[in-house]
Amino acid sequence: MNASAILDVQRLTKSYRTNSGELTVLKDISFVLGPGATCSILGPSGSGKTTLLGLCAGLDLPTSGHVCLNGIALDEIGEDDRARVRNQLVGFVFQSFQLIPTLTALENVTVPMELRGDRTARQQGLELLERVGLAERVSHLPTQLSGGEQQRVALARAFINKPLVLFADEPTGNLDAETSRSVIDIMLELNSDSGTTLVLVTHDPEVACLTEKTIRLRNGEMVQDGA
Amino acid sequence: MAPSFIFKMAWRDSRTSRMRLLLFSLSITAGVAALVAIGSFRQSLSQSIDDQARTLVGADLIIESTRPFTTTEEGFLGSIGGAQAREVRLSTMAVFLGRGTRLVHLRALSGDFPFYGKMETEPAEAVQDLRQGGRAVADETLLFQFGAAAGGNVSLGGRDFEIAGALRKVPGDASASASFAPRVYIALQDLPLDLLRPGSVAHYRAYVKFREGTDVAQKIAALTPQIRRLGLEFETVDKRKKDLGALVENLYRFLNLVGFISLLLGAVGIASAIQAHLQQKVRTGAILRCLGTSTNGIAFIYFIQASAISLAGALFGGLVGIGLQRIFPSILRTFLPLTIPNVIAWWPILTGVLIGCGICLLFAVPPLLRFRRVSPLLMLRSADARVETQSFARDPLLFAAYALIVASTTAFAIYRSETWLQGLVFAVALGVAVAIFAGVARLLIVSLRRWFPLSWSFALRQGLANLYRPNNRTLLLIVSLGLGTFLLLTIHLTRDVVMTQFQSIGRNNQPNIFLFDIQSDQKDAVAALVGSLGFPVVQKAPIVTMRLSEIKGRKSSDILADPQRKIPEWELEREYRSTYREQIVETEKVTAGKWIGRVDYHSGDVVPISLDREIAKDLGVNVGDELVFDVQGIPIRTRIASLRSVDWKRFQTNFFVVFPAGVLEAAPTFHVLVSRAKTPADSARLQNAIVSKFPNVSALDLAAVIQTVDSILSKVALVIRVMSLFTVAAGLIVVASAIWSGRYQRVEESVLLRTLGASRRQIWQILGAEYFLLGFLASLTGTGLAVAASWALATFVFKLSYAPTLLPLLIATASATTVTVLIGLLTSRGVSSQPPLEVLRAEMG
Repeated sequence: MNASAILDVQRLTKSYRTNSGELTVLKDISFVLGPGATCSILGPSGSGKTTLLGLCAGLDLPTSGHVCLNGIALDEIGEDDRARVRNQLVGFVFQSFQLIPTLTALENVTVPMELRGDRTARQQGLELLERVGLAERVSHLPTQLSGGEQQRVALARAFINKPLVLFADEPTGNLDAETSRSVIDIMLELNSDSGTTLVLVTHDPEVACLTEKTIRLRNGEMVQDGA
Repeated sequence: MAPSFIFKMAWRDSRTSRMRLLLFSLSITAGVAALVAIGSFRQSLSQSIDDQARTLVGADLIIESTRPFTTTEEGFLGSIGGAQAREVRLSTMAVFLGRGTRLVHLRALSGDFPFYGKMETEPAEAVQDLRQGGRAVADETLLFQFGAAAGGNVSLGGRDFEIAGALRKVPGDASASASFAPRVYIALQDLPLDLLRPGSVAHYRAYVKFREGTDVAQKIAALTPQIRRLGLEFETVDKRKKDLGALVENLYRFLNLVGFISLLLGAVGIASAIQAHLQQKVRTGAILRCLGTSTNGIAFIYFIQASAISLAGALFGGLVGIGLQRIFPSILRTFLPLTIPNVIAWWPILTGVLIGCGICLLFAVPPLLRFRRVSPLLMLRSADARVETQSFARDPLLFAAYALIVASTTAFAIYRSETWLQGLVFAVALGVAVAIFAGVARLLIVSLRRWFPLSWSFALRQGLANLYRPNNRTLLLIVSLGLGTFLLLTIHLTRDVVMTQFQSIGRNNQPNIFLFDIQSDQKDAVAALVGSLGFPVVQKAPIVTMRLSEIKGRKSSDILADPQRKIPEWELEREYRSTYREQIVETEKVTAGKWIGRVDYHSGDVVPISLDREIAKDLGVNVGDELVFDVQGIPIRTRIASLRSVDWKRFQTNFFVVFPAGVLEAAPTFHVLVSRAKTPADSARLQNAIVSKFPNVSALDLAAVIQTVDSILSKVALVIRVMSLFTVAAGLIVVASAIWSGRYQRVEESVLLRTLGASRRQIWQILGAEYFLLGFLASLTGTGLAVAASWALATFVFKLSYAPTLLPLLIATASATTVTVLIGLLTSRGVSSQPPLEVLRAEMG
């Protein structure tokens, strides 16, 4: 295990049992990311990108292999402990934004801090929303926001806990080119300001070019690990 | 995880669904309202019994005998002191000249009874007029029946009385007690002696009011041994209170169990609504899990919402219950000798609300436990998000939750029943009924999948498919609709069966008129008169009254005092009206032992008797066992020679105890004669002729019995029907909320179909087809079960033959189906009338 690594992935394999036998979606994946590193996972549909992201973030457990996040072996702790790790160390941005439809923009942003009972959540939430250009939209519900605005709320939520790692799953997949560019810019800006490690799943080579490291997947196998 | 977050999140998350959650909460309103209304009624009733205790009897002590008080007894009564009043009670015919005759309960009174409470008459001074003599006060229903009023005349026992007024209320009497034989009061000195011939069934009463300052309980305790030694009956305020308390408790238990069904139905509704609500919250759950909320934290957020729904519904139910508690006194007024005050009883309200809330939360636990399993991985997948069903093996907590639901439901049923077995039977029967409905729903789903009618129109196929598609409400709707139909129809059918049986008694040339209180020296003359008027003498029987004083060597009084006894009190205390004859009659059959028709009796001999086998079972005796009867002061030792099965349903003279000829001939006896009148006019002609020639003879017309039974059954059925209406109300709300909770899915489908070109008409056809099939199957199953239940009740409880009429079954099925379609379409209003985008934005939030 690499002592200075934020994310240490070793020989990761994930298989599912299906009616027609065992289906392996990820095979023997290994890589290491240090603090502040940026990495994109690139590959066609069905190559295992999202599965890899889910395993790295502790949303699922591997069939074999290990994931260590800031020195914590995710496969050795229980579900609720992994939830705590996600809350304290990890930020997420998803393709379909995944905002809670019944909460306002500000409430969505502050959920991770409020989960811990942090009373400064509101202030920090307002600051972050201002930073992503949504100071005027704090009381709006997700259905009252455009796709780009929803993704910026999701970004603010992802950064409110000052996470060590940000996992972004096709964050621009549902946005037009112009909005995509502005979202990526904000994400990279927040990333560099806070020194967060960024893991970005994308199928867009242009977006992948903006990260320091690229992992290419095909049929669940790593075909290239490029810096 | 911070607890404040859970509460905050529960509140915020409910933002767009509060109205829907409130509608869900209504599911338990009817159940809680029922429990609160019944509990409050019981508390008011118990309070009334305590407050009005002395007016329940009208005196401190009543001493009663079936023969005139002897000199010794009079001496004893004199020694008690205090104020006393006397009364003689007997049944006789009241003749309203030119208007008709009717069997009445005549009460000849002297002294200032009632000492507590007052006799209410119209006009009020009629009570005083009555005591002065020559006048009568009669139940107002009797006067109404014959169009009589104060100032008119009534003939009793061959003597004319001026009607002083109408009787409204007598302390200690429920007005229902007058429905069989209306009460008529006269002064004791006016009682025609003709009515008190040897063998006449009369009751002699002494009402006692102790002197001021007497310790009543102590005094009665001191008098009891003497009263018992003299072989007299007595009644006290405490005893009446105890009897009435037991009656109230039984009534409360029964109504409570019926109310509990409504509550359970509501709880199932809440659980189903919570499940539907959670189904819409899967994405939110996954987001929260992804952001670090623990499995229990997720469940707690929605547990708080479930608690709020349950509490809101229970509180509203409590309020409705307070409003409804006045229903029961007005329905049961005629059965209760009490005035029930209009007060709010807080304890039943509190317990009703807490039980309602608790049961709902218990039922909400399984869907909440399943919701813990929402995977954060759903965030990465766009596929339909749903909570997967967990097996018990994977989630032992889920098993424990279901076990707790079964255990607490059974425990509640046992707690509310008189015996644990009754409670268990109730719980099992309820479980079986629910299982049958659930089975029908499952069968429907499986059958539709297997034999889906592909040739049907698009709208019908869509409607049918909605019954088995994911998130369908088929099971819940069939259970709640079916249970409501089943309960209401069972009550209706059972009442119908009992009434049909009564009405069929008098048909087919069966006897329908009873003449009784015929003296031995009148029996031949009465028979001759009946024959001369062209009426048949179907049966004649002598009757001797007696009491059971010993069973297998053990005194009845000792058995009565034994707390472990299994023999019902009434069988030990009742006055047995027995007969003697040589032959067995057509309504009975010897089932054990040997019939002995005549004996050569000498004083002290053991008499071989025949006993009805049902009462023998209750008394715990068999052929060969000894019983001692007190025949109006003379003990007669008997041995059971035979047991008989008796067809009590026949309107004839049937007896628990039949003596052989040769024993009771010398005892004070009266006779009965059974005849048949073809029309009501014939019956009136016969009664008038008999009463005018033999004023002491009474007549009982089957038509009057049927009328009385019908009125009592109607009142009892009304009480049960009111309780069932709570269940039906709960069922309807559950149906509405279940349809509402599945509305988001219907909206999605409708919007999609409309986008693809479906017309509004087609959308309504789809919905109509779905609700029609649901309503039809649920009501059909409910009707089938009701027929089975009423058959079981008729066959095993009432022991009657069973043939249900088709019309109520058709009406029940048609109306339940119509109500379901109406509720379904009303609840779906707006699904097809708004622009797709607007609907989507409003509903998906």
